[in-house]
Amino acid sequence: MFMFEKAFVGSRRYWVWLLCLSAVILAGFLCYLRQLAQGLAITGLSRDVTWGLYIAQFTFFVGVAASAVMVVLPYYLHDFKQFGRITILGEFLAVGAVTMCMLFIFVDMGQPARVLNVMRYPTPWSLMFWDMISLGGYLVLNALISFIMLRAEREGVKPPHWIKPIVILSIPWAVSIHTVTAFLYCGLPGRTFWMSAVLAPRFLASAFAAGPALLILLCLVLRKVAGFDAGREAIRQLGLIVTYAMVINVFLVLMEFFTVFYSRIPEHLEHFRYVFFGLDGNYHLAPWMWLSAVLSLAALALLLVPAWRNNPRLLPVACVFVFVSLWLDKGLGLIVGGFTPSPLGTITNYTPTWPEATIVLGVWAIGALMITVFYKIALSVREAS
Amino acid sequence: MKLTRKDFLRLSGLGLLAVAGKKAVRAVSEVAATAASPKTAKRWGMVIDLQKCREEGGCTDCIKACDRAHNIPHFADREHEVKWIWNQPFETVFPQAQTDYTRQVYAGHPIALLCNHCANPPCVRVCPTQATWKREDDGIVMMDWHRCIGCRYCMAACPYGSRSFNWQDPRPAIASLNPDFPTRTKGVVEKCNFCEERLARGQRPACVEACGEKAMVFGDLADPDSEPRKLLRARFSLQREPELGTSPSVYYLV
Amino acid sequence: MRDRPLILTGLLAFVWLFTLPVWHAYAGKYSPSAPDVKLPANEKQCVAPTAYMRDSHMQLLIDWREDVVRNNRRQFTAFNGKVYDKSLTRTCLAQCHTNKGEFCDRCHAYAGVSGPYCWDCHHDKILTARSAP
Repeated sequence: MFMFEKAFVGSRRYWVWLLCLSAVILAGFLCYLRQLAQGLAITGLSRDVTWGLYIAQFTFFVGVAASAVMVVLPYYLHDFKQFGRITILGEFLAVGAVTMCMLFIFVDMGQPARVLNVMRYPTPWSLMFWDMISLGGYLVLNALISFIMLRAEREGVKPPHWIKPIVILSIPWAVSIHTVTAFLYCGLPGRTFWMSAVLAPRFLASAFAAGPALLILLCLVLRKVAGFDAGREAIRQLGLIVTYAMVINVFLVLMEFFTVFYSRIPEHLEHFRYVFFGLDGNYHLAPWMWLSAVLSLAALALLLVPAWRNNPRLLPVACVFVFVSLWLDKGLGLIVGGFTPSPLGTITNYTPTWPEATIVLGVWAIGALMITVFYKIALSVREAS
Repeated sequence: MKLTRKDFLRLSGLGLLAVAGKKAVRAVSEVAATAASPKTAKRWGMVIDLQKCREEGGCTDCIKACDRAHNIPHFADREHEVKWIWNQPFETVFPQAQTDYTRQVYAGHPIALLCNHCANPPCVRVCPTQATWKREDDGIVMMDWHRCIGCRYCMAACPYGSRSFNWQDPRPAIASLNPDFPTRTKGVVEKCNFCEERLARGQRPACVEACGEKAMVFGDLADPDSEPRKLLRARFSLQREPELGTSPSVYYLV
Repeated sequence: MRDRPLILTGLLAFVWLFTLPVWHAYAGKYSPSAPDVKLPANEKQCVAPTAYMRDSHMQLLIDWREDVVRNNRRQFTAFNGKVYDKSLTRTCLAQCHTNKGEFCDRCHAYAGVSGPYCWDCHHDKILTARSAP
């Protein structure tokens, strides 16, 4: 059913890549064992900044997972045939990204052995409960869709008719996973940085920019290492999606700036001040946020000009800019900024420690391993048929 | 009838014994009654009288009592600190009370801070396992350390910064172990519990009892005749960030 | 024919591995004889019948825990009508089984029960005395 035997046949470069990833996974795992033994004190988290790199990565990669909808929707709902070759890649990317999300949540838990308590004692008024349901469901949906579609392709037959409603279901479900994740943040009365009605739309917009940007980069990598051609039209359309999504995202961010800086309410203002300009001599985060801002504007410049957007050398640069800029914004600035200053006005700088960063790298490597293996299977099936 | 000296001495001796005996009996029965019968209320609350509090004189009796009663660990690293009751300057607790042209009489004074045991607690709303919940009987926001998965969502939700997390094993950092209360373990969140285990034994919270100035008044906010309610009727009081709708049960008398 | 030494070595290794639980118990520090638990001197009756306690004391403790922590119901009426405080440390370990090492741990060690992690948080007087500065 899963055609995993196809992942065991590969070039030397493929195996070296898998070996490198395994080494990183091992390093991350050993650091995690240390965290299990000593507690989360080995991270850079503190009483004031209780969520950091782990939850930030979870938030960012939920977006990447949701972005599969950007290829699924045009292809399945609107018969956009040009995406025919890459829908499977988008779906596999979703599976890998959702798995990374769940792993990031897991490594962040203080008592991971009790994580099933969320299911043993269902709590429908807690957003985290719904997050678990929506992420788990999305994982199952996409895994099922990917493998059914691939199986059909291998057999050379049309996919079974019952998969179509499941595919259609995955579209609103993709939107829901990121909306629920935004709801984790934007309903907390004490965290004014996150208390914005526009947080969920912002999340979706940044997701639909970062995800397809990553997909474009992956397609280009596949062209180089596996001779896979996604199709010029598919890449163009993805580029256009990234452009529109990035425009909407930057627009929404600017909306946030306006409401905060024009109303000048101190509780709202001080978080933005800390994140962009530093507060009371703490400039910890500011350089990264300015980098994110500069990269996003540079990316917009590259994307908005069609000649540049469709230029095969400039598009990857724009995609890298989009991805890094949004990773910094959503994966770091958003979380830390929400906690700083604390409700009592103290500023505690958050710096991830080396063990913490290694665990993060380990989870990234697991995601990369999964995507490598899945893509290998998909491309082998395609080559054979 | 003639009262001899002997009779007089006998009578007064018996009288004294009777009085002493009654006192002793009452003392014993009262101790038995309060020890056996738990304190109950519809909504426990606390009123802290800032006029009486001597924390600006360096007094930390309430903090020390809580730390002792509940095995609170002390870490040198501020980032990993665990505190159920602590103090911070007035301006940080009530930032809107201080402007450029006003200087409140409590400016700079340390204010005792603890979990507010809100009637509408955001932390309870977000907990995915109900490891923290609001007790319907008496309004205490409880913690179940057996169920907590350490996700720290409640810490993100609390607008007052009342909650602490055990980033590491607390035991090495506990000064003196109180055998009547458990320590906690790494990976769970904790906060003030209004001494619910003491209330069950008929005792008042440790901080309330330890305060030499009787600055902390604990009682049933739902009972109009309780001590806290009388104080709240008589004097002006502040709550922390009431505009958030959390409805805290801790009031500060100015 | 050449493979005979290899096969024999493999067979011996398998037999060694297969019988590991038997000879390891003898070589190790655990005696296969029954645990020598020291019963309390003062009380003859536990909060529940002995047979039940042997089977389900952990379930009883969990029920107590849930009831005390989550329902604030702290009194336990035993099968014989006696009322106890629902507390392992204040009732069981304080009043009767005063030495955890001589009672609880012995049976746990024999049965191979790696103790529940209750003791990461709760503590009894002897543990406290040992850890006192």
